[in-house]
Amino acid sequence: MSVRTSLPRTTAPAVRKKRTLPPLVRHVLFALAAFAVVVVLTLVTDEFTNLRIATIGYYLIAVAGLTLLTGLTGQVSLGHGAFMFIGAYTVALLVNKVPSFPLWADLLLASAAGGFAGLLAGAAAARLRGPYLAGATLALAVGLPALTRKFPDFLGGSNGLSFTVHSRPSGVVGLVPELRWQTWIVWLSVLIALVLVVNIVRGRLGRDFRAVRDDEVAASLSGIAVGRTKILAFLVSAVCGGLAGGLQAFLLGTAAPGSFTPALSLSLLAAVVLGGLGSLWGALWGAVALVYFQAWSEDLADVLHLNTDVANNLPLAVYGVILIVVVLAFPRGIQGGFQRLRTLLPKPAEKKENHENH
Amino acid sequence: MRTTRYGAGFLALALALTACGGAGESDGGGQQAADSAVGVTKDSVVIGTHQPLTGPAAPGYSKISVGARAVYQAINDGGGINGRKIDYKVEDDGYNPTKTVEVVKKLVLQDKVFAIVGGLGTPTHSKVVDYLNAEGVPDLLVSSGALAWDNPQKAPMTFGYQVDYTREGKIQGQYIKNTFAGKKVGYFTQNDDVGRDTQAGLDQFVKDQTVVRQGYDSANTDVTPQLSALKAAGAEVVVCACIPAFTALSILAAAKIGYQPQFVVSSIGADPATLSGLLQDFAKRGGASVSSGQLLAGLIGTGYLPDVAQTSDPWVAYFKGLHDKYIPKEPFTNTVLFGMVQAYTFGQALKAAGPDPTRQKLVDAMSSGSLKGPGLTPFGFSKESHAGYTGAYVFKINPDTTTAIIQPPSVTDRGTGAITAYTGERATPEQVNLLSK
Repeated sequence: MSVRTSLPRTTAPAVRKKRTLPPLVRHVLFALAAFAVVVVLTLVTDEFTNLRIATIGYYLIAVAGLTLLTGLTGQVSLGHGAFMFIGAYTVALLVNKVPSFPLWADLLLASAAGGFAGLLAGAAAARLRGPYLAGATLALAVGLPALTRKFPDFLGGSNGLSFTVHSRPSGVVGLVPELRWQTWIVWLSVLIALVLVVNIVRGRLGRDFRAVRDDEVAASLSGIAVGRTKILAFLVSAVCGGLAGGLQAFLLGTAAPGSFTPALSLSLLAAVVLGGLGSLWGALWGAVALVYFQAWSEDLADVLHLNTDVANNLPLAVYGVILIVVVLAFPRGIQGGFQRLRTLLPKPAEKKENHENH
Repeated sequence: MRTTRYGAGFLALALALTACGGAGESDGGGQQAADSAVGVTKDSVVIGTHQPLTGPAAPGYSKISVGARAVYQAINDGGGINGRKIDYKVEDDGYNPTKTVEVVKKLVLQDKVFAIVGGLGTPTHSKVVDYLNAEGVPDLLVSSGALAWDNPQKAPMTFGYQVDYTREGKIQGQYIKNTFAGKKVGYFTQNDDVGRDTQAGLDQFVKDQTVVRQGYDSANTDVTPQLSALKAAGAEVVVCACIPAFTALSILAAAKIGYQPQFVVSSIGADPATLSGLLQDFAKRGGASVSSGQLLAGLIGTGYLPDVAQTSDPWVAYFKGLHDKYIPKEPFTNTVLFGMVQAYTFGQALKAAGPDPTRQKLVDAMSSGSLKGPGLTPFGFSKESHAGYTGAYVFKINPDTTTAIIQPPSVTDRGTGAITAYTGERATPEQVNLLSK
């Protein structure tokens, strides 16, 4: 096992540099710092930008989960939107049927529901690989939202469910605008989840994940239960997906099947690739790209006064072109690009770069 | 163990922050003052809308905002309303509710619109009604016939536009009962309020005749299974409460399996010109060419606006004039007319709100009952009702895809009230005189 830690994967040098603090403490401190950055960002931007920051937040945790699954254990999922679907509907149902539940309980249950589905999906997935696994998970993304049609009275049919989540304690109602407060909640939840995910990735389980990805036979020879490890990866990743869906529902007050099309799952996977396969920093860039490339290209279409047919397809086209360019230039995604820049730059610049990354 | 304690502390902090009260309990924040005039300046009024310019509902519906824009342009060229030009912002939501919430928040928070006008779609718009009402943003002329918009107590800022699906279902049901007595009826409906509300109306008349109910989901464009089920059940009359793309898909799927029922289509999906285009388009993608005239001939539909083929109608002539001037390259369809009438109606409301419009004045103007639209049936707007058009006429499509009215306009309520013929006079474009120079 000790051999694996020295593999030139993402973090080994950083781990060696700062041995002074235990990893969990370091991650918690880092998360607190990140939260402070988010709070400052939301304070200096307008309410609508707050919404976009919050959107980045829930995409981040979804993409991070998928990164762990695809990047670290090598299991391709084309159906991750299905876990978001489960999380969103869990929150929707809880808010509507059990309004006295506090939000954190709703979110925990959304994550748990996603995790439970992930456990089932993972148990099936552990027997499949490559394109077969991709196909099976895609079926999940196509089929699951159709449940809403089977139970229209309970799940609202194609119309979905709408509700309003009240999260602001009465003390802050006049002080903090709703969206800003929601953004804080979203990021707080995301950072808590990320701390746990990072600890998993950096820890023994993370090494097992990578071992399974690199060579299943070798992994099982060194005592790793390959099947169980794969299922665990699915579980953790689905918990992230469920939380992301729950946060989305909390933020937007809606859960409808039209929001969880296979296109969502595919764009999550595209974000993983774009950000950098296998890197949690990559998940952040991927989430930012999901939100902002779309927004920028829409603005661009507005500014250029393109005809509607062109304008409507521009965001997707731009996204596709960026994806191709990034993958051609940096096969390990945006984060791979940053790492390459870092090796080229002298030491002090590296510090600065690190700062901007927040 | 020390590390776990830190983690626990962090978690506890997080919980403390979010633990206050249940997520579903009511908030302290109330409705904002409606006497604001956000988006109104000395010489402009900013309004916004969400439309499916891409996605499953885009075929057909993406042209609504094109029609609306033409009318706003005409208003602006005539000097605007009370000297203010209308700045019309159209956001694409792809018929995806998540996106709808985002773009509507963008319109309200970033673009600071005075009102949302003609937000399109039931599954989409239902997700922003609470938000718009909580923010005190007028939410006018929703492009959907769901009953949800007509709820002045809960949603005082929201107003419907189309005839609601229950009213329309009643009129269709009565027509079918009278004309196709004893024939087997099948429902084919969209799996949301469109379907639910339509069936509530239909069931008042043809429940006994109904042998099969099928639904579709706008994300799945293969409707052959449903049409096969309708055929298998022997339905001779198929009521299609469908958006245009799915009316066209159903007609094609029926043709493919050699099934020739009498289609009765709701106003939302029965525009002959739009359907012709879609039929050609879908057939071409499937590698076939079809005669849309042949496929559409005999199709029965309901409507509340004059048909674009009725060129002698003063309102059709009037809008055709605007069409020729501003969007001559766009086919003049009922869907384009839908957007034009909507914009024109908003223009009337804005004018009625007076020289210093506020959000409250705009809402008061909407519920004053003064709006005399180009529709063949009247609006239901009053203090107690936020219902749009209150009835419909029944038409049949001729082999040349023009239409003929086979039952004159009648009005009814959304409950179990009677259906009565409407004989009221329509105001002419000259009488309404919105674009006076």
